[in-house]
Amino acid sequence: MTALLKAIDLRREYRVHTGRGPFAGKAILRAVDGVSFEIEAGRTLGLVGESGCGKSTTGKLALGLIAPTSGSVHYRGVAMPAAGSTPWRELRRKMQMVYQDPLGALDRRLPVGVQIMEPLVIHGSLPPDEHRARARTVMEAVGLLPHQFDRYPHELSGGQRQRVVLARALMTEPNLLVCDEPISALDVSIQAQVVNLLLDLQDRLGIAYLFISHDLRVVRQVSHDVAVMYLGRIVEQGEAESLFAQPAHPYTRALVSAIPVTGGGPRRERLLLQGDPPSPVDVPAGCAFHPRCPFAVTQCRSERPSLEALPDGRQVACHRVNEPALRVAA
Amino acid sequence: MAAPLVVLRNLTVDFANGERLSRAVDIAEFDIGVGEAVGVVGESGSGKSVTWLAALGLLPTKASVGGSVRIDGQELVGAPASTLERIRGKRIAMIFQDPSSCLNPVHRIGWQLGEALGLHRGLVGAAAQAEALRLLDQVGIADARRRLQDYPHQLSGGLNQRVMIAMALAGQPDLLVADEPTTALDATIQAQILVLLRTIRRDTGMALVLISHDLGVVAENVDRVAVMYAGRLVEEAMGADLFGAARHPYTQGLLAALPALTGPRQRLTAIPGTVPDPGSVPTGCRFAPRCPVAEPRCTRQPPPSRRIGLLHRASCHLQVEAGRSVWALPQAAE
Repeated sequence: MTALLKAIDLRREYRVHTGRGPFAGKAILRAVDGVSFEIEAGRTLGLVGESGCGKSTTGKLALGLIAPTSGSVHYRGVAMPAAGSTPWRELRRKMQMVYQDPLGALDRRLPVGVQIMEPLVIHGSLPPDEHRARARTVMEAVGLLPHQFDRYPHELSGGQRQRVVLARALMTEPNLLVCDEPISALDVSIQAQVVNLLLDLQDRLGIAYLFISHDLRVVRQVSHDVAVMYLGRIVEQGEAESLFAQPAHPYTRALVSAIPVTGGGPRRERLLLQGDPPSPVDVPAGCAFHPRCPFAVTQCRSERPSLEALPDGRQVACHRVNEPALRVAA
Repeated sequence: MAAPLVVLRNLTVDFANGERLSRAVDIAEFDIGVGEAVGVVGESGSGKSVTWLAALGLLPTKASVGGSVRIDGQELVGAPASTLERIRGKRIAMIFQDPSSCLNPVHRIGWQLGEALGLHRGLVGAAAQAEALRLLDQVGIADARRRLQDYPHQLSGGLNQRVMIAMALAGQPDLLVADEPTTALDATIQAQILVLLRTIRRDTGMALVLISHDLGVVAENVDRVAVMYAGRLVEEAMGADLFGAARHPYTQGLLAALPALTGPRQRLTAIPGTVPDPGSVPTGCRFAPRCPVAEPRCTRQPPPSRRIGLLHRASCHLQVEAGRSVWALPQAAE
């Protein structure tokens, strides 16, 4: 079976200035540096990492919103057409995006109902007299009330606005939603509502998600598979529950141990990292994580580890992942 | 028990909204002991930050503050500016969510630290320089001497937050109010800052108020937790009690809304509805419209604050049993 979406060795580089003025040095920022993944229909791939690790850029590359420097994206086995071309527009109906800040993603001067119908106007897939009926169906599916059709974004709460953004994305019956931090701007009690809604929609409509978030608890809740990114590369990838229960890469272990626990339960491993993530312009040689890694050895400073599969299917990019002593030492 | 450091009584904050007043904070009673770490949890608009801004007289004039906040018996509400200036930074210091917007972008870190040291401790010249170095060292900034010459934009978010903490420590305060100190930071940096706050508290014995929307952040770092909803305290307990045996439906709901990190994944319990608008809070219990077990009296009278156990209080008409979540009851089904 071919995957719904397949990304092969995606890279995206940006030329940046390292100073000010006309004589500033130039450097290359590798936002995404060789990322490959697959998303099956109706499944969720969670993408986690800290700010600046390239997870949002990866999301945009997956939709073709920005062109990769090299590498390719395939939708149902067919290479993604060039952005802006007619076949790409056709394809975009099936792949939509949901952003973090719903107020920023909505037009404040238009009633939300008009905005929900807009994708149909753009893609022209339904006769205009059916737009309103379709909008009402979708609004009901995301838990909005019919009278909210004529409301303006400022009249709705944060959770309701995110439902509007979701409804708009669902209008063209997409197979894939790229959700970039869809619940980070919401309050805790509202986050749970939206997480449940996303899971319900997947059950009912069979949508696949590329779910980008820095919140590991939420990623574990919604994802089938999880990929952990650090400085533009995937350092670990695997099935969600086992990845969080037994993280293998030292960076994943540090991330998992940094999640505060509530209430009882056994004390988990504590792995406190030193320092900040390095600038993506100046990625350390060898394993990019080695300056912060408590287990780094000479090999890590010179040789970049590639993503290798472990016997249980987990993929890890670490030279020392097979050394049992590291499992306990911290 | 020794006299508490900070005593809040009947604190109210009203914001003028055209003709109407909307009450943002209404706290009957809240104390902080000497050297105690207290967490304040709540969603946006719950009044958790406004409480402390009001206590320090940092709110704009359109807000009217009533009631009493005393530190060691000294009244802060309505106190003259000269009194407050001796309290702010010196006895009660505050750090905020976004460190880069609290530091002055056009002055070097060393200059800004020196200003705080001169103001609160009367240190100048070489003495101030030496103390600034010691403070940066205390908050775990490597290569402190060079960092003193840096501007805020040259430092990362985590380092800037460390500088903010160093500035807050400059006055050797008795109480540090940390308002969402790690919300803008990455997970691994957040863990570093929380460990730092714990170390500093151990070394200096200052009290800490940790304000956060994240129950997890609070749970691991304080002795006692207060949960606020729509301007009121709904539950107050020792950390372990609150997370093990929460009694207020709102606290129970917040805990149930948090995805688990271990074990099988279960559907999350979502609290229906949204936080009420400060201009139109319900009479009676403010959580009643979202509460699965609300009774007619809940919408009529505000619930009393009831003592449930040792240092455990909840404001609820119903006596919810310990260990039984109201969100597991059939009437809580969506």
